[in-house]
Amino acid sequence: MEKDTGLLLYRNMLLIRMSEERLAQSRQAGLVHGACHTYVGEEAVATGVCAHLNQDDMVFSTHRGHGHALAKGVSPFEVMAELYGRETGCSHGRGGSMHLFKPEVGLMGTSGIVGPCILQAAGAGYTFKLLGKPNVAVAFFGDGASNNGAFHEGVNLAAIYKLPVLFVCENNLYATEVPASYSSGNPDIYQRAIGYGIPGVKVDGNDAWEMFLAAGEAVRRARAGEGPTLIEAKTYRTRAHSEGMRDVGYRTQEEVEAWKARDPIKMLRDRLLSDHTVDEDDIDNIHNDVTARVTDDHQRAADSPWPKGSDALSHVYFEGA
Amino acid sequence: MKEQTYTVAAREALDEEMARDPRIFVMGEGIGKRGGNFNTTLGLYEKYGPLRLCDTPIAERGFIGLAVGAAMSGSIPVIDFMMVDFILDAMGEIINQMAKMQYMSSGRLRMPMVLRGCIGIGGAAATHHSGSYYSTFSNIPGLRVIVPTTPADVKGMFRTALRGNDPVIMLEHKNLLSNKGLVPEEDYTTPFGQARIARAGKHVTAVGVALTVQKCVQAAEVLAKQGIEVEVIDPRSTSPLDIATILQSVKKTGRLMIVDDAFEPCGFGAEVSAQVGAYGFDDLDAPIRRLSGAFAPTPYSPPLEQEIVPSVETITKALYDLVKE
Ligand SMILES: Cc1ncc(C[n+]2csc(CCOP(=O)(O)OP(=O)(O)O)c2C)c(N)n1
Ligand SMILES: [Mg+2]
Repeated sequence: MEKDTGLLLYRNMLLIRMSEERLAQSRQAGLVHGACHTYVGEEAVATGVCAHLNQDDMVFSTHRGHGHALAKGVSPFEVMAELYGRETGCSHGRGGSMHLFKPEVGLMGTSGIVGPCILQAAGAGYTFKLLGKPNVAVAFFGDGASNNGAFHEGVNLAAIYKLPVLFVCENNLYATEVPASYSSGNPDIYQRAIGYGIPGVKVDGNDAWEMFLAAGEAVRRARAGEGPTLIEAKTYRTRAHSEGMRDVGYRTQEEVEAWKARDPIKMLRDRLLSDHTVDEDDIDNIHNDVTARVTDDHQRAADSPWPKGSDALSHVYFEGA
Repeated sequence: MKEQTYTVAAREALDEEMARDPRIFVMGEGIGKRGGNFNTTLGLYEKYGPLRLCDTPIAERGFIGLAVGAAMSGSIPVIDFMMVDFILDAMGEIINQMAKMQYMSSGRLRMPMVLRGCIGIGGAAATHHSGSYYSTFSNIPGLRVIVPTTPADVKGMFRTALRGNDPVIMLEHKNLLSNKGLVPEEDYTTPFGQARIARAGKHVTAVGVALTVQKCVQAAEVLAKQGIEVEVIDPRSTSPLDIATILQSVKKTGRLMIVDDAFEPCGFGAEVSAQVGAYGFDDLDAPIRRLSGAFAPTPYSPPLEQEIVPSVETITKALYDLVKE
């Protein structure tokens, strides 16, 4: 593994992890006013995919979207400020956790509705093809979303039009508390690709390097005009479905512990150290950097001004020139 | 001026705008080589090719959701949905995504896209091919809902839609499609939220929507022979709604009837009455009356079907009664 790539993946995963741990604390402290679905345990997926994306490539995300936003280049400050309901948030306090928008860096939205991101990514793929742009669109969604009609319609449309799209299913084994094995006729979601005539790839979603490689090939295909790819990342969320929700009764402690032992950040760290790509100092430096960054961003977000009530009706329709 | 049918005028607007703006593309079932179920895209496939006249599978939720993403990323999609009943599967994409995207992105994303197709009761189409739903869509912030009634208006308003930045639902009554009318030759646009006085009068105001505008004009012609002058107003868009023109007319006539085919409860007529009640109360000489489609799914058999929509006869009688109140 190249040192630069290894360190980039490591830094970005850690930034997501530490930002969300901060958000979880902030929620307990009453700073987060609405829902907060963390991505803890799944960081390798967004990180591995987004490492291949340029700013004008587009990401369409879900209710569990902090990681996608951060990996696509939205700052922890803007994400935190948004969850704190502040004017400085990436959606100016209009959206909160499930409506993070920063089209300037290609984060086309997280969503409170499960499914539509799959269709919208296909739509961005259509734009790229129509206007002859070299870009790709990515939809991140869960195992639960893969049983929604949007999945079938969106993947099929992208397949028949050969659109430059990555469909990245984050199979964390549960939709809220419902096991994927209960709600999917075949819980190996990647195998559905056969039904649409496109490649379907199964990846260890806790292995950042594997994710990076699989996404690299899918992005290459997309940019080369070869059409979409379905990637199923087998992964796990180690916190509750949503912060503050009870997290018992539907999965065993042993299962949670087994996945914690496969923590994606720890796995990458061990790998980077054991094959001597990096040394302890490199890792420590990143930890220091990221800790300082997240602490500072949190403080600035918490100190940010509230939006003005009189702005609540702006942007319902187009207002600009 | 030239004489054109409604369908041809709309198609010409689309053709000319597609020639002007390479970001515009059309999606729908059979809108490619086949030219559209209602000839909405006849001849365009040969001109613009399969990427811009994109035939879709029968996946309304899917291609409307896709079009939302296309608009978000810089295209101008036109969804040609045939009958409005077919896009009800896509209500989530329309309300939660298309309508709210500009707001959610705090104005950074534009949503230039048009959903167009037919509405209306008639021809024994029965209840899955007879919907109107302009009231339903007009209840949603973020949408523009236009209901052009003449060839000149459909051309001008379609152009406005294709040159704008908001998502537009353009509803075309199926019984207006073959109507002919004079259409200006020059490059004009017709704004949304500006009503048209379809016929001037002084005794009573009738506000119609889509086909009922035509029926109100016909009723007005009958009543004119009895010395009753009906002012017929065509709002042309139900969202935004030009209430000022209606208020002005009521100031003159003192009487108001809203005639529309759609369901009455919480509907278009209720909205107009509420606003006129609030802002034109002192001008009213009689209670506001509504004449709407029956509150029932649309039946198939012609005698049943006729029973549930306002006809020229029922409108004439209701207007006469209102004038005598
Ligand atoms: C259309 C829709 N139905 C239901 C919900 C409520 N809901 C929110 S998250 C969720 C589970 C999603 O599971 P999955 O897609 O596997 O994502 P995960 O939470 O596991 O990341 C549900 C049912 C919703 N937001 N949208
Ligand atoms: Mg899941």
